[in-house]
Amino acid sequence: MTSASAPFLSVQDLSVTFPTEDGRVQAVDGVSFSVERGKTLAVVGESGSGKSVTAQAIMGLLDRRLSSVTGHAWLEGRDLVAMDDDEVRRERGSRMAMIFQDPMSSLHPFYRIGAQLSEAVLVHQKVSKQAAREQALEMLNRVGIPDPRTRIDNYPHQLSGGMRQRVMIAMALINSPALLIADEPTTALDVTVQAQILELIGNLQQEYDTAVIMITHDLGIVADIADDVAVMYGGRIVESGSVDDIFYRPQMPYTLGLLASVPRLDQVRAERLDPIPGNPPSPISLPPGCVFQPRCAYSDRVADHACEGVRPELVDIGGGHAVRCHLDGGQRLAIATDVLDALAGSGA
Amino acid sequence: MTDIPATDDAVLRVTDLRTHFPVRSRGVFPKTIGQVKAVDGVSLSVAPGETLGLVGESGCGKSTTGRTVLRLIAPTSGTIELDGTDITRMSAKQLVPLRRKAQMIFQDPYNALNPRHTVGTIIGAPFEVQSVSPPGGVRAAVQDLMARVGLNPEHYNRYPSEFSGGQRQRIGIARAVALRPKIIVCDEPVSALDVSIQAQIMNLLKDLQDDFGVAYLFVAHDLSVVRQISHRVAVMYLGHIVELAPRDSLYSKPLHPYTHALLSAVPLPDPRAQANREQIRLSGDLPSPINPPSGCVFHTRCFRAEDRCKAEVPELRELLPGHTVACHFPMFDLEVGTVIRGPQGEVSELDAPEVRPPSEVIADVVESGGLARATGVDYVTGPDATPPD
Repeated sequence: MTSASAPFLSVQDLSVTFPTEDGRVQAVDGVSFSVERGKTLAVVGESGSGKSVTAQAIMGLLDRRLSSVTGHAWLEGRDLVAMDDDEVRRERGSRMAMIFQDPMSSLHPFYRIGAQLSEAVLVHQKVSKQAAREQALEMLNRVGIPDPRTRIDNYPHQLSGGMRQRVMIAMALINSPALLIADEPTTALDVTVQAQILELIGNLQQEYDTAVIMITHDLGIVADIADDVAVMYGGRIVESGSVDDIFYRPQMPYTLGLLASVPRLDQVRAERLDPIPGNPPSPISLPPGCVFQPRCAYSDRVADHACEGVRPELVDIGGGHAVRCHLDGGQRLAIATDVLDALAGSGA
Repeated sequence: MTDIPATDDAVLRVTDLRTHFPVRSRGVFPKTIGQVKAVDGVSLSVAPGETLGLVGESGCGKSTTGRTVLRLIAPTSGTIELDGTDITRMSAKQLVPLRRKAQMIFQDPYNALNPRHTVGTIIGAPFEVQSVSPPGGVRAAVQDLMARVGLNPEHYNRYPSEFSGGQRQRIGIARAVALRPKIIVCDEPVSALDVSIQAQIMNLLKDLQDDFGVAYLFVAHDLSVVRQISHRVAVMYLGHIVELAPRDSLYSKPLHPYTHALLSAVPLPDPRAQANREQIRLSGDLPSPINPPSGCVFHTRCFRAEDRCKAEVPELRELLPGHTVACHFPMFDLEVGTVIRGPQGEVSELDAPEVRPPSEVIADVVESGGLARATGVDYVTGPDATPPD
């Protein structure tokens, strides 16, 4: 499928701005990453980090009249950003698909789920209605809907939340897309259902050799399914690398802060957690230098207040692990060792 | 239901609480055709200064329990004692003075605050409603509270819309602690917040508990959050408490199959530990609380269910110190290689948990630069598998 050199999906310098009454909102700022088939990239960030807008820009879901998207998103050599709306629409649903947190954002409340699944087939494939229905039935079976022959004639409201999520996944995957973007697909679900859904996505990914971009705020999900991770903050990727890089060798103070903020199921942390102080920045008024500087405990270690005035670049520190931070390598390592030791110590 | 081990000075004691909602037929003369048994025989107690976590999945009745104990929802039967006073059948008027003792913090910091009131009015409302005049005046007291919860007291005249989600939750907390209540019911107080803000709010709740000795009934679905903040934890399923135990006992030796499944379903933020974990997948959805299953309500999804579970309701029994569980076949005896049957007959086997000597674990930690952790599954394979009757 893909040539040996070019990655399957390669996003380069993607930026999204929205003009608003309060000024220009820079939602996504120079985001670059790539994903191969069969692999999972997790995009982690808090609200306002730009992780969802990045996904919508790749999928061509942003209204071009209300937003300006620059940069490239090469899907097997074709730039999704440069395509016109019709071209992107043809790609969407066939070669790429997206699932959301709220299944009702994808399901029409007035139509039976069988009709909606068949329609997804009929739009992108030249098959008979009967064949499309057969495909819908098979897909419902595969996503684990019990008694699909009855369920196919149900309306969405007749299904539970977990089942609707499965139907949405069935609809997204019915044309076996090569790229699946999942935007917080399990946030609204209970943990036991979440485990089922993540397993389902993993199984279908293996079967179809799908490239998955998982957008989430849950570090547990990242640890569970990701191969690579991009940590976003204030519209920028602040650290990226393999899942082991991010969890065991993190270097950016924000990533460290996130790891220290999470309560753990498998250990009792110190009585008090060690959260990042303050609030995430508003995308309307981002700090001029490092976006994390106002909340960073270490920016005073950098000479000349560089963190406040100079925008740091995302620098590869080896093996595909990249960090956006003015601190030098030795300083970052010392800080990371301190934080991780404290975490390991409190868990003992 | 069995007696819950409780100190006599419990600030909240709930005995055999039931909250049923009638299901009515449609039409001009609606008839009651069923009951949603949202809470069905819950007993618990909260000691002064203690945090009792109440966890479960959506629809398990944890929020209804939280609201019923404050009499925001009328109980169907059972008793609720607040600080020694039976409030189960009190009128709204009689309840007013008792509201000083019990307060609530809500999940959604956007809907819990009146958008047309200033922060000062919102936080000062409890003083006004209860006709309390704090020394130094209401304004000073409110500004004290604002400073205490981490808000800028100068923002006294601002409106909720001018604050972020985390700050709004702080406003709600300031309002709840204004009259120094003995207990606060926290209904998912951090689940709508970002990770870094979540940790801030949990620390704040802990600090207030240390300062004022307030007790919390902490209702949440996030098991990691509950572990961080609770002293004891109750697990609910379909209107019943299936397990109630001191925190560490519950998380290290869960005895109920449902607790096991719940804990194993939460992904750990640690890729290596996560890859080595034993996971139990529950199949199916929560049964309807209108027609709950016979016997043990969990038997339809339980991988250990036998005929007895369909027929007999299991009582809560204390099997470890302070650790009670409602199960005919508690997971004392789960040994390596145990065959687990799914409800549809699927068979899976428990693999040997990796148990490594501490020296090896430490070496691994040093080598990987810090965060590798031991991943042994802590199953009890104790000899005493026969529970006391």
